[in-house]
Amino acid sequence: MPNAFNLNRRQLMAGMAGAGLVGLSGLPLAAQTTPVRGGVLVMGIGGGSTTDDVDVRKLQDWVPVNQAYMLMNGLVEIDADNRAVPELFESWEAAEGADDWVFNVRQGVTFHNGKTLTADDVVYSLNLHRGDTTSSARSIAEAFKTVEKLSDSQVRITLESGNADLPYVLSDYHFLVVPDGFTDWSRPVGTGPFVFESYEPGVRSRFARNEDYWKPGCANVDAVEVIVINDIAARTNALMSGQVHAINSLDFKTVDLLRREPNLQIVQSQSGQHFTFLMDCTQAPFTDNNVRLAVKYAIDRQQLLDTALLGYGRIGNDHPIPVTDRFHNTELAQRTFDPDRAKFHLREAGLDALPVTLSSSDAAFAGAVDAAAIYRTSAAAAGIDVTVDRQPTDGYWDNVWMKKPFAMSYWGGRPTADQMLTIAYQSTSAQNDTHWYRKDFDALLIEARAILDENRRREIYWTLQEMIHVDGGAMIPIFGDYLDGVSNEVQGVTPHPMFNLMGARMAEKVWLDG
Amino acid sequence: MWRLILARLAQGIVTLWLVSVLVFAGTQLLPGDVAASILGQNATPGALEAIRRELGLNEPAIWRYFDWLGGFVQGDLGMSLTNRQPVSELLWPRFGNTMALAAYAAAIGVPLATALGVLTAMLRGSVFDRVSNIGALAMVSLPEYFLGLLLILFFSVKWNLLPSLANVYPGMGFWAWIEATTLPMLVLLLVTAAQIMRMTRTAVLSVMDAPYIETAWLKGLRTGRVVLRHAAPNAVAPVINVVAFNVAYLITGVVLVEVVFNYNGLGRFMVDAVSKRDLPMVQAAAMVFGAVYVLLNMVADIGAIAANPRLRHPRETGA
Repeated sequence: MPNAFNLNRRQLMAGMAGAGLVGLSGLPLAAQTTPVRGGVLVMGIGGGSTTDDVDVRKLQDWVPVNQAYMLMNGLVEIDADNRAVPELFESWEAAEGADDWVFNVRQGVTFHNGKTLTADDVVYSLNLHRGDTTSSARSIAEAFKTVEKLSDSQVRITLESGNADLPYVLSDYHFLVVPDGFTDWSRPVGTGPFVFESYEPGVRSRFARNEDYWKPGCANVDAVEVIVINDIAARTNALMSGQVHAINSLDFKTVDLLRREPNLQIVQSQSGQHFTFLMDCTQAPFTDNNVRLAVKYAIDRQQLLDTALLGYGRIGNDHPIPVTDRFHNTELAQRTFDPDRAKFHLREAGLDALPVTLSSSDAAFAGAVDAAAIYRTSAAAAGIDVTVDRQPTDGYWDNVWMKKPFAMSYWGGRPTADQMLTIAYQSTSAQNDTHWYRKDFDALLIEARAILDENRRREIYWTLQEMIHVDGGAMIPIFGDYLDGVSNEVQGVTPHPMFNLMGARMAEKVWLDG
Repeated sequence: MWRLILARLAQGIVTLWLVSVLVFAGTQLLPGDVAASILGQNATPGALEAIRRELGLNEPAIWRYFDWLGGFVQGDLGMSLTNRQPVSELLWPRFGNTMALAAYAAAIGVPLATALGVLTAMLRGSVFDRVSNIGALAMVSLPEYFLGLLLILFFSVKWNLLPSLANVYPGMGFWAWIEATTLPMLVLLLVTAAQIMRMTRTAVLSVMDAPYIETAWLKGLRTGRVVLRHAAPNAVAPVINVVAFNVAYLITGVVLVEVVFNYNGLGRFMVDAVSKRDLPMVQAAAMVFGAVYVLLNMVADIGAIAANPRLRHPRETGA
């Protein structure tokens, strides 16, 4: 797999469409033609609870996020090639410095209640996350200095500091649009592909097609039903017995068995989701970069990928930017398993051996405890004696993460390199989970954010990735793919770099083949 | 009789109160709280503090317990901490689902199992008796989730006869409901029927060895009449007990079955509630489970007493 790092992005996407998306009938899905209307799409989705809510301020788990995208539209969409493309914002323009943006609101779009979409609705919807609010997107929205209506069809957003990625920021799934003044979240009204019909939190929902949907080639099925199935075995059974058309988050361990089913397609999407071993740069012994490097050279990445993810992922290079990102550093040499090099760095740090305690829990990611055990074996060869401290799943984020000196964690992908680097590596971030504070890194990060010229930005992002690779406290050995199982009756399915189920927008895009 | 029922009720209420204290204390001991579970990886100190303040989690635990208890005795189950919905709205429909599934399983399982129990007792030592016993033992020994997965493998995936998802919703037809719930019902039936059957067999057999049964044989009565007229009524008390116990299990022990078949019942509700640390929901579910147990045990005791005159009038017969 190391070859993958020498491919450019376009080749990789093409390769992925071939490799990831061949149904067992042998026909690549790309051969599918024009959408057909009709049928009821039934989706079995894990990640829902009795306490769910489709309030856009509270969206967090997979079921409500998928449901929200059925009912509402975002401002900007991330397409299958990880690019920000227009949705309810039809086009945009930024002033030099990227801190003053004007967005054109799509015209001729109507809400399910008949109201026409205007700039007022957009401003109201964005303001739900600003000021005194419990919105999960509050920290993102704090970057907006002002959000104002210029006319019925134009919105101006100014920022506290320049950000050339604002369209990507606006693709966040919290920034969905409801009518001005809307408050009844038990019956959401949006401009989305489906209209609210029935909804039982954590159990099921049924939404009917929006006959006036504006997006061409979309909203093909008559209705979409979501059945919440949190248990992975129950979800897989439901797909195999044909009770649902699509399920999310397949179990890595059973994917190879599912591949033998002739009526199913496995959708494998490369993503930015990565699994981390966090070293706290402010706690001994990790204050010394030689120790951090020794730890990083002592892991057998291929073995970890093959064992923990059964190969359904990619090897990481100790920085968080995935190959799907346009700013992924393709020239940084891949760090390999090198026990001698690890021992050398230990000696540089004045140590013969290194005893460390690694806190782990399956809260970090499914299989994290196994991954810790695998690391323990490979690290022993490098003179690092790892004691695995298994922590309870409950309270892991509160009691262990960012508190223990050496702990396992994960990050879901972010749409842009800037967001990923900002949330986990900028000194001022509350979620800088390696306690890695570098002023030069912060300065470059802020500089790159405001540059509109892609080439100049790329240079800086490559430098930043190298800084984390060489000096950072995070060991990032593997990136995990998103895996979905879909019936062959469903057409128009593509992998998507953001989330499972085509970036949580599957219901909008696919159609059923009678 | 009434005094006895009232005394039992009072004991039941004390039991329930103890359950509520234990559940509350238990959830306090678990690491993490509802704020941490809502925020997950976004649990920065500031955000945690804001949510805890909003939900009143900074109050002392004792105070929160009595606040909840005060509402509960007035029939107010409180609000869910995570989505601010009244707990009763979320609870009762799921309780109804659990009861419906239990009733379906009991309606078929209890008559079937007792009949089998009596039959195997009558045919003691026959091939039928041995096969039934071995079958029953095998069923009790299999964990119910495994049994569920086996049934799914054959009935849903391989033969495509019954759905693997017990998908029920308001307004579905009776037959659709039967089709959806038959597989989980079968699991519950297999797990509980075995125990009832074996208990019935043992109870009937132990009575069969009594002298008055011998007399009945000596009078020249037929086997059927001896078993049904003379032995069965005296064997009823332990059978009622085991039936009540199993019916209680049908209601409170279905968590795994509900997970395997994705059935929207009280068990899944409680799993959700515990994993979110949503205390009012956990407490409400625990109270319902506790109440079901207390009630059914009471019914069993009263039933046993009613069936046996000697238990009904202990003092008089002694005097």
